[in-house]
Amino acid sequence: MTVYWLCFILFLTGLYGVITRRNLIKIAISLSVMEFSCFLFLALIGYREGGVAPIVDMADPVKTYVDPLPQAMVLTAIVIGLATTAMLMAVIIRIYRKYGTFDIREIKNLRG
Amino acid sequence: MMNPLIPLLVAVPLAGAFLIMILGRFITGVPRIMALATLLLLAFISFWLLITGGAASSVYTLGGWEPVDGVPIGLYLIHDGFSALVLCIISLIGLLSVIYSISYMARYTSENYFYSLFCLMIAGMNGVVLSGDIFNIFVFLEISVISSYALVAFGVEKNELEATLKYQVLGAVASFMILFAIGFIYWSAKTLNIADIRVVFGEGGQGPHYILIQILLLTGFGLKAAIIPFHAWLPDAHSSAPSPISAMLSGVLIKAVGIYVIIRLFFNMFEITVGMAILITTLGALSMAAGVFLAIGQWDIKRLLAYHSISQMGYVIMSVGIGMILMARGIRSEVAALAITGGIFHMLNHAAFKGLLFLNAGAIEYSAGTRDLREMGGLARSMPFTSATSLAASLSISGIPPFNGFFSKLIIIVAAVMGRFYLLAALAALVSIITLASFMKFQRYAFYNTEPGKIQKEIREVPLPMLLSMVTLALICLLLSLLALPGIRETVLSPATDILMDQMKYSSQITGM
Amino acid sequence: MKGMTVIVKKTTQLIAGIIFLYGIYIILHGHLTPGGGFAGGVILAGSFILLILAFGSDFLHLVREERGSTLYENLAILIFLLLALSGLLVGAKIFFTNWLPHGTPGELISAGFLPLYNIFVGIEVAASILTIFLALVIFKEEILK
Repeated sequence: MTVYWLCFILFLTGLYGVITRRNLIKIAISLSVMEFSCFLFLALIGYREGGVAPIVDMADPVKTYVDPLPQAMVLTAIVIGLATTAMLMAVIIRIYRKYGTFDIREIKNLRG
Repeated sequence: MMNPLIPLLVAVPLAGAFLIMILGRFITGVPRIMALATLLLLAFISFWLLITGGAASSVYTLGGWEPVDGVPIGLYLIHDGFSALVLCIISLIGLLSVIYSISYMARYTSENYFYSLFCLMIAGMNGVVLSGDIFNIFVFLEISVISSYALVAFGVEKNELEATLKYQVLGAVASFMILFAIGFIYWSAKTLNIADIRVVFGEGGQGPHYILIQILLLTGFGLKAAIIPFHAWLPDAHSSAPSPISAMLSGVLIKAVGIYVIIRLFFNMFEITVGMAILITTLGALSMAAGVFLAIGQWDIKRLLAYHSISQMGYVIMSVGIGMILMARGIRSEVAALAITGGIFHMLNHAAFKGLLFLNAGAIEYSAGTRDLREMGGLARSMPFTSATSLAASLSISGIPPFNGFFSKLIIIVAAVMGRFYLLAALAALVSIITLASFMKFQRYAFYNTEPGKIQKEIREVPLPMLLSMVTLALICLLLSLLALPGIRETVLSPATDILMDQMKYSSQITGM
Repeated sequence: MKGMTVIVKKTTQLIAGIIFLYGIYIILHGHLTPGGGFAGGVILAGSFILLILAFGSDFLHLVREERGSTLYENLAILIFLLLALSGLLVGAKIFFTNWLPHGTPGELISAGFLPLYNIFVGIEVAASILTIFLALVIFKEEILK
């Protein structure tokens, strides 16, 4: 049970970072922390006591395998996370070019 | 025999997006034609499915993986009364936005990237609406929102970049909440298929995280739908994007990936509980009231329209929530059906008139070069078509007959009164009056001001493709009010309501029990 | 973008080819062992990125390479989609049907469409990660100029 709580704490750590950090790069890193806590959680719920990697062995097909579906979900989610992070970094570089800063307090053109 | 048109709804825009990127490098002018052809084909397919499918829902299993012992394996695409309507508005508003973009996007560069991202966004939304599998909803949602992040930033100026940064950070937090909730669902239900999850939850296998899952999903999709405590990104993102994209975001995206999924999950996946229904109704009423009060003080046209989007989405959520409360208590099911019908009807209407209003705002910006209401004046003389269509849309959003907004608001208020939610009915009427006031301000400052505005240059009417899509949408605003007539309402809106009211029907058609 | 020292260049020369071959191995055995299109594609992209980082490249060259990798990315995903759509025309006429003969499990050429899907996913992932890398490098060069 403790590992699940640790996952949740990691998620909250990332959320704390997103809310309190002022540097755009640190916000992006905090988002990645949140993302990886989700992946860790998904991988953990697929684990079974004493399970092996889910590749069917023709010689001995009846074994305890870990659940492969969460692993497939993690792979898909990693691809999506890659796209999100790349997009965010591209926007941050463009913002640095226009505003000349990474500080989120300086970036306040839109108000109201 | 499964209908082969259903997977094409996702495959055609995907193929269009990649073909545009390949051919657009070698031949100029191809991207807009390809995008137009893709959207025409999509509109044709979705309306064909709406007309021929009718009330029946059809299930498509990818790869032909049949259920084993009533447990669905593989990926499911489900086309029923509710998703048919949303698919139609996606392709219709998408088609008109592409026609509009032909002239509007001429002053931007990288035409092929624009149309390619546009097709990807459409593919993602169609996938979200069709998918019968909670993880695939997440995947398609990410496809559509990541392309919308890029489209919001398309101008690559200071404002656009700041807006897209806010949108991306909040959108990413929402996505991870949804992913976490999917993990919890898989933990307690050991399945990802929405219909199968419903069966497992119905048999008492709800697990200890049931409330947590609901709250996480409501927060995640609420962030995508910009319900009021989670609305901070919407005015910036929707006002900074190019106008056809604003029309798509406000008119379709927040419905397809936000409201649609919330309604689908809370009706067809979870069992409706009174507490959750009251929470949803409260959030809806709150965003309805707060959105309109935030809109009053705006002088930037697109920000004003964006805040009205929050308010109008509040109507939809509140009315669906009233239906949920009545269904959870098990009383007056005909009033619940009326409330849900009103909500869905208002969702369709909002797509039409808010799309039109954003296109009007884009036309004003195109001709006059400003978005500030205080700098305009007397545009009714120089831009007669824009003025007339925006008047139609303004009357429609403020609920003046014979436009469509009147009928859906009437249904919502009548349902609230019949369900004895007198306070909510009064609030809905009050918000409608304030909306009218806000749009009278818009009309007066932009079009009917007699004193000349501060703009020095000569203002002309916008080019033909832009006019064409605006006039078509204004006609659609009028035609949609026909849906309120008794005969037509039964054939178009009732199948959508039935699939939501009859909770086990959605599951039984897939698991075969 | 400048290259690195001669030690890095020599080491890269030695190992880049092996990394590339390893990526191809992972992609081809995707239906038999852990890994597959995505993991192998990332390894393939890694060998290219290693070469670019070690030897450096000038701005115009980077822009041209980015255009090339975008083209390959789009072509690969389009072919993947066409393979999936071919299921609508052949056999059971269902999207994503695996209508090729399945063969015996455990052999390299088996499982019908899965190796083909893995190959195109591998090309797609390698090209798109290379595109992301090149795009970010181009942004940085533009700022420095």
